[in-house]
Amino acid sequence: MKKEEQMRHVISILMENEAGALSRVAGLFSARGYNIESLTVAPTEDASLSRMTLVTRGCEEIIEQILKQLNKLIDVVNVCDISESDHIEREMMFIKVAANDMDCCAAIKRMVDIFRARIIDVRNKTFTIEVAGNRRKLDAFVSAIEDHKIIEIVRSGCIGIARGSNALKAQ
Amino acid sequence: MELTGAEIFVECLKAEGVETIFGYPGGAVLFLYDELAKAEKRGEIRHILARHEQGAVHAAEGYAKSTDKPGVAIVTSGPGATNAVTGIADAYMDSVPLVVFTGQVPRYLIGNDAFQEVDIVGITRPCVKHNFLVTDVKDIAETIKKAFYIATTGRPGPVLIDIPKDITDTDAKCEFHYPESLEMRSYNPILKSRDSDIQKAVDMILNAERPIIYTGGGVIMSGASDELRHFTQNLNFPITNTLMGLGAYPATDKQFVGMLGMHGTYEANMSMHHSDLIIAIGARFDDRVTGNIEKFCPDAKIIHVDIDPASISKNIKVDCSIVGDVKPVLLELSKELKQRGAMPDQTALAAWWKRITAWQKYDCLKYSPSKDKIKAQYIVQKFWEISAGDSYVCSDVGQHQMWAAQFYKFDKPNRWINSGGLGTMGFGLPAAMGVQLAHPDADVACITGDGSIQMCIQELGTCQQYNLPLNIISLNNGYLGMVRQWQEFFYQKNYAMSYNEALPDFVKLAEAYGHVGLRIEKAADVEGALKEALDDKKRLYFLDFITEAEENVYPMIPAGAGLNEMKLL
Ligand SMILES: Cc1ncc(C[n+]2csc(CCOP(=O)(O)OP(=O)(O)O)c2C)c(N)n1
Repeated sequence: MKKEEQMRHVISILMENEAGALSRVAGLFSARGYNIESLTVAPTEDASLSRMTLVTRGCEEIIEQILKQLNKLIDVVNVCDISESDHIEREMMFIKVAANDMDCCAAIKRMVDIFRARIIDVRNKTFTIEVAGNRRKLDAFVSAIEDHKIIEIVRSGCIGIARGSNALKAQ
Repeated sequence: MELTGAEIFVECLKAEGVETIFGYPGGAVLFLYDELAKAEKRGEIRHILARHEQGAVHAAEGYAKSTDKPGVAIVTSGPGATNAVTGIADAYMDSVPLVVFTGQVPRYLIGNDAFQEVDIVGITRPCVKHNFLVTDVKDIAETIKKAFYIATTGRPGPVLIDIPKDITDTDAKCEFHYPESLEMRSYNPILKSRDSDIQKAVDMILNAERPIIYTGGGVIMSGASDELRHFTQNLNFPITNTLMGLGAYPATDKQFVGMLGMHGTYEANMSMHHSDLIIAIGARFDDRVTGNIEKFCPDAKIIHVDIDPASISKNIKVDCSIVGDVKPVLLELSKELKQRGAMPDQTALAAWWKRITAWQKYDCLKYSPSKDKIKAQYIVQKFWEISAGDSYVCSDVGQHQMWAAQFYKFDKPNRWINSGGLGTMGFGLPAAMGVQLAHPDADVACITGDGSIQMCIQELGTCQQYNLPLNIISLNNGYLGMVRQWQEFFYQKNYAMSYNEALPDFVKLAEAYGHVGLRIEKAADVEGALKEALDDKKRLYFLDFITEAEENVYPMIPAGAGLNEMKLL
């Protein structure tokens, strides 16, 4: 497959909050060789439903198949490629960096301010920073802070929602 | 009244109208069996004891494929469940409606690596339409209702229900209520085709000059043979069937150009390749049908009718898709054609038929007649004649399967029962049992090979127990013939492990199981043996035909080739 055709897509999935539902989605992707860049899942305002945001890459035909195959899963209530229209994406990251001296602390604090991040824990010469934003912002923050010793990074994976009154609901 | 889980299980089966259940007992399902036996005594449900869980599931498949009912099977936990997996995967690939019950260890032991515990819900997840682990006796009835509903609606498929032993015992009881209807917000299998798609399809049909109708198992599953015949004959278009679709259109009709695909007829594949319109109905453009996708039917526009939206434009991009059940869609197409009162260009169609007739003249299924050794093709041909084309034919997987598909001309749907998608050796004999149990008075044959028959040979015991007078037609070439053929063509005749050393004496083997065994070594004896077997409606005949060892299946599309690049004899 040609590289340029492999567009990034953000897919929202509403599914029954049943045991094994997550593994049905994960299993579908591995069995059919689709890639998963990130996947998040949590309950919704309706406790019987979970909402999943899945980021994948593929050409148009593959994405169409992915949507159809997801729809075919019995537990899946509704599916939407929210990247097809106006939408918002956010991801959360924790990043733990070494803050050995005053210079270093000041430099990190500056970056935290610029990126509107927050230091949420300071201990044993380490800062734990929380950053939220889209994927590019988080990537940019990681490169901005790269000069310091990064001890650990945790990213939540992307969550997404359509702009306006559109909502993914049980049909 | 409060019932135990096991009692509820039986009541649900009755409510679903289940008459026959195939299975094999074990520790985790003993409470269920206890109730099943009582139900059998009351004359409510008949349990058929297979000799291996794979056999039980294939038998349930044969039962389902030859009727319009789902197949039902029950097996125990652990090895019982894993033995059933091949059958379940087979049913998944061929969209066979099945409900399979597996016993599970008691809830408090799940996850403990308990004796005979496997995560069968996890194991089967990729090869079921859906599966359930029931965790409360109160959920048994609704889960069973859902399972039957899911298995039999939309694109059918196998559904598995895993039931822990402790919710079937006598301590756990609850009020029984079988839901009359179901609402599942996540599953809406009834899809009505869009009118605009019908319009578009009819436009394309009316503009076609070199059309072909290509139909698959979906037509049979939808029970749409009559509608298909009407549609096809009205248009006078050529029609081809896939391996799974044989019998949907009468094979002896003049518009039928034979099966297509890897071992399809020359005329079917050439007609596909040179067509300008393909009307695909309940077929899924499987790789055994398309050959090399890059070379697939370069001039053809494609209409695709399928109940499963995911089948559409999966392998081949289509120009017009109609999502819906085949039967109503065919009715709508015919209705719209009638309303328009127009027909496609008849001169072009006549010219197209002329080209097709020329391809047919090649007589691609010809074979040199039997001399010393019997030709397998001849046996199938004779069997078709002698059984008046009216036998149910189950088959295993290999050369014999292709010869059966090529030489038995199926005029009726649901008569040809084979493992197409998974290609499971061992399918034939147990599937034939399921068919015979569903149709006690019909002729039921199993066309098999010396390799395949040994994969579920133990089921000869089941046939004896239930007096199933099958006609087993073993095309014994001493080889894993299809493997040998590939090795001859593509591996410089290095017949690696494809010679069947140490074959048993099948005649004695059949006799040991209480059946009739005959070995036939001369062409002159073929007819007599087939007649004898067909005439005897009481006993199972194992006809061991010693056939030409290195015969090949022709025509053949080699891997990577297009439909117009067949290897012909
Ligand atoms: C369970 C299983 N194992 C292996 C295969 C691969 N396979 C396909 S055809 C074939 C040979 C079948 O031999 P036989 O049943 O004797 O039939 P013949 O081709 O000789 O007619 C084999 C091994 C298969 N289809 N199924």
